[in-house]
Amino acid sequence: MAQVVLENVTKKFRHVTAIDGLSFTVRDGEFFVLLGPTGAGKTTTLRCIAGLEKPDEGNIFIDSKNVTGWAPAERDTSLVFQRYSLYPYYTVRQNLEFPLRPKVRGLSAPERTSCVLKAAKTLRIDSLLERKTKNLSGGEMQRVAIGRAIVRDPKVFLMDEPLSNLDAKLREILRAELKSLQLDLGATFLYVTHDHVEAMTMADRIGILDHGKIVQTGMPYEVYNYPKNLYVASLIGSPVMNFFDAFIQGDRMKAEGGLFEVSLEEGVRERLKGHAGAVRIGVRAEDMHRTAENGIKGRIYGIENLGTGKIVTFKVNDHIFRATVGPEYDLPMGSEVGFAFAQDRLHFFDKDSGENLFTCDRG
Amino acid sequence: MADIRLVNVEKYFGGLCVIRGMNLDVKQGEFMVLLGPSGCGKTTTLRIIAGLEEADAGDILIDGESVKDLRARDRDVAFVFQSYALYPHLSVFENIAFPLKAAHAGEAVAEEGVRDVARILQIEHLLDKKPSQLSSGDMQRAAVGRAMVRRPRAFLMDEPIGSLDARLREEMRTELKYLHVKINATTVYVTHDQIEAMSLADRIAVMHDGVLQQIGSPMDVYDHPANLFVAQFIGSPIMNVVDCASAHEGGQAVLLLGTDGLRFPLSQSLFERLQSHPVPEGQLAVGVRSEAVLVEREARPDHVKARVKIIESLGPHDFVGVKVGDQIVRAKTPPRYVGRSDDTVWIRLEEPRLHFFDKRSGRSLLTG
Repeated sequence: MAQVVLENVTKKFRHVTAIDGLSFTVRDGEFFVLLGPTGAGKTTTLRCIAGLEKPDEGNIFIDSKNVTGWAPAERDTSLVFQRYSLYPYYTVRQNLEFPLRPKVRGLSAPERTSCVLKAAKTLRIDSLLERKTKNLSGGEMQRVAIGRAIVRDPKVFLMDEPLSNLDAKLREILRAELKSLQLDLGATFLYVTHDHVEAMTMADRIGILDHGKIVQTGMPYEVYNYPKNLYVASLIGSPVMNFFDAFIQGDRMKAEGGLFEVSLEEGVRERLKGHAGAVRIGVRAEDMHRTAENGIKGRIYGIENLGTGKIVTFKVNDHIFRATVGPEYDLPMGSEVGFAFAQDRLHFFDKDSGENLFTCDRG
Repeated sequence: MADIRLVNVEKYFGGLCVIRGMNLDVKQGEFMVLLGPSGCGKTTTLRIIAGLEEADAGDILIDGESVKDLRARDRDVAFVFQSYALYPHLSVFENIAFPLKAAHAGEAVAEEGVRDVARILQIEHLLDKKPSQLSSGDMQRAAVGRAMVRRPRAFLMDEPIGSLDARLREEMRTELKYLHVKINATTVYVTHDQIEAMSLADRIAVMHDGVLQQIGSPMDVYDHPANLFVAQFIGSPIMNVVDCASAHEGGQAVLLLGTDGLRFPLSQSLFERLQSHPVPEGQLAVGVRSEAVLVEREARPDHVKARVKIIESLGPHDFVGVKVGDQIVRAKTPPRYVGRSDDTVWIRLEEPRLHFFDKRSGRSLLTG
């Protein structure tokens, strides 16, 4: 296993810059997730590391060796795709054995058999070995695809949204399996996805991509609680963070559009260090609490039941807020409600640049 | 709006039975979600209601009358497709008017029909816009408007928001629910996503392998799953299910969990209830949701020592996976409550929230 380092990697396709001076490090044995929407440059990054694309600028290091000019086979990475790309008329065994066949691997037939069996057992597909892959379910196929990656012992695993074609429930199951597989193997994983839940649940660290650049890297806890800018704040967390524009003057905070007005607690004023004027404010649904007085007054627009709790959507004029409440909460649509937010949980962003005004607090 | 009944509906593809003895009652104005994994028969059921597939046995009643021999277009139900199925070159008005024009309604009738629908959906100000100028929420409204305009007796929806990205799905869920409460249309909605089902449905019908497993309100299926399949399909993270046995040791009833057995104290009354449902050794399993597994960082009475294997941080809370034999049991904790894997913690299971299953049939014991 090995660490992967990208240094100022740029890749352009004609006039489109897919990745733009990208630098990050995946540590040895780490589960690193690159998170971003379609077009952020996730897949291009993976393909550059695998050697399927040649960067226009910058260097890529695997295991401290500059592999930028190396052929894919020399880099010893294993790539798992969103579409399983299995050989449909081969059996599971033949599919798993395939990466072991090249002479360069120098494996004897019994050695190959034992590698295949080990991988199959790890992924609990050992009972399927003689089945043709075209007869498997989606979840089974994706297990075989992952199995084909782990039969070898590559330096690094590269995974390109391997779960996004699967049913919601299956995704959840395979998420947990992948994470514990990575722990058991002690392997270096670089996993790309647009799904923030996948990133949060599996990653040791998340790198958030925006237009070919990393905007923030951190542990799930950090990116969730200390988003560096509006983009990160709105990308991570479910339901989406509530945002509103406000004007701060002295100890008063007025929400734009006359939605509400509150006085700021001392702790918040200290954090603001005299910062005043127009800001954009973010607050997560779980940091909003029901209140009878002094809160944001609105009307219920919808209540969604998630089993463990509910999400209340309410409207103040035309502005939508979401709050998390307990499973017992039940009010008819249109009811008037009041919510207050935990002021120490507010996120303040610069209205123009979108930067978080306080992430500097954390160095 | 109408009620819909399926009576003993069966469907075969070749020799394969894809729907088996399906009975379903959708009440007038109800939002019924058919939920299950791919291949469970949910979409086929919807298509049978619509008349796009024929049932091989059984009957379909709309408003008490059999529609089995009616063609799809005579059944007076509307299929709602996802918002992107609007005609891009037509205005919102023309899109909504389309089904009326297709049915050769006169100008005046069409105009009135569209205005009515637009008023209910609050999109009157958008009628001249093209779909590309609309927000996704408004597109959804326009799509619903197009389905509503012929005054169908019911809406049928097949994963209408399934192909949208996660953020937009969240938004559309709220919007669909709002529209449903507003227009109160009988709706049958198909999805594989339990979150959609939980948040939208008045009642959920859970399907698996062509067989209806359970029908109930979201809280019903969440808190009282009829069997193992429902228990593990509903809720996220997946319900913990571990082999178990009950025993009496030194005057105290205990629950033994997992292969090499963590021992949890058990109340005498629950012990006795379990005894009254004898299950052969190795066939009893206990299910417990992560929020009913309580974690302490220090030893406490009635808590059992366990080792942390994995920590997933979701943001508002963490899921801490502890080792029970060779299995992992997930517990919901506040963020960063447990520092790192390999830590030792003490856990307790909330007894009223335990589910017991007979593994042979999958059936939930002790219910009712």
